[in-house]
Amino acid sequence: MNKSLNLALGALTGGLMVVAIYMVFEYVPTEADQGIVQRIFYFHVPCAWVAFAAFGLVAICGIFYLWLESPIWDDLGYAAAESGMVFCTLVLVTGSIWAKPIWGTWWTWDSRLTTTLILWLLYGGYLLLRAMADDTPQVARFAAVVGIVAVADVPVVVVSVRLWRTIHPAVLVTREGGHGLEDPRMVATLLVALAAFTALFVWLLILRFATLRMRTRIAKLAGELNLAHAAAGDL
Amino acid sequence: MENFGYLFAAYTIIFAVIFLYVVFIWRRQARLEVELRTLEARLKEVRQELMARETTARAAQ
Repeated sequence: MNKSLNLALGALTGGLMVVAIYMVFEYVPTEADQGIVQRIFYFHVPCAWVAFAAFGLVAICGIFYLWLESPIWDDLGYAAAESGMVFCTLVLVTGSIWAKPIWGTWWTWDSRLTTTLILWLLYGGYLLLRAMADDTPQVARFAAVVGIVAVADVPVVVVSVRLWRTIHPAVLVTREGGHGLEDPRMVATLLVALAAFTALFVWLLILRFATLRMRTRIAKLAGELNLAHAAAGDL
Repeated sequence: MENFGYLFAAYTIIFAVIFLYVVFIWRRQARLEVELRTLEARLKEVRQELMARETTARAAQ
């Protein structure tokens, strides 16, 4: 990967993150009912957004891999799944920490929480498959199918607060159709945090994709070296 | 500042996890770069050896 692009993306991510942190801790007003702990929301929601985007990308890469059979799509899908898993884990952990003072429990089998846990388990399975099996086209095809099927849970997570009885708040649009964030400073903080996490995701994705491409190149070179050794033995 | 501990814990975990993931990627990248350079150098050596052998074989004919 181009080092200057890497640095530029890293700097952009760092800058946006600093602004987001300032807004979360200094700029945004404290929510009236929940108090200071509601500020977890400004990083909890972007983590969820990035995880959903990452899993959507896994499915898109899966479709392209099955169509074109190019290892680039397989590597990109793998990188997206791994990054998405990091953010999905953060969604569950920060949500649990937020739930404890507000709901009085670390975990409840609420529809939003349960469907998110299912999502985490699905992509955990995807990554386990990649880690345990050899890097063969057959495994890549199987992983592509898993990635395409698993993404079906993302819309279920999103609409779960409307489909089933739940205690999880519908943040952006409430059941009554109203806006969950009344103060414009809250909206601005959320948007900046969304931008910061999107930049972070793109940066991590590119970093991880570069290592996976390197691994593919090493496998190719090892094959060439074996052939060269065989040819040297024949002479 | 009620519940500040929860807020602090949530943000600390977020940054710790992201930091650890970045370190994991960088370390893996550094290891793969070394492996790649070693393989490239070895392949170059073997190819040069092959060419030298071919040249010697042609000269002998």
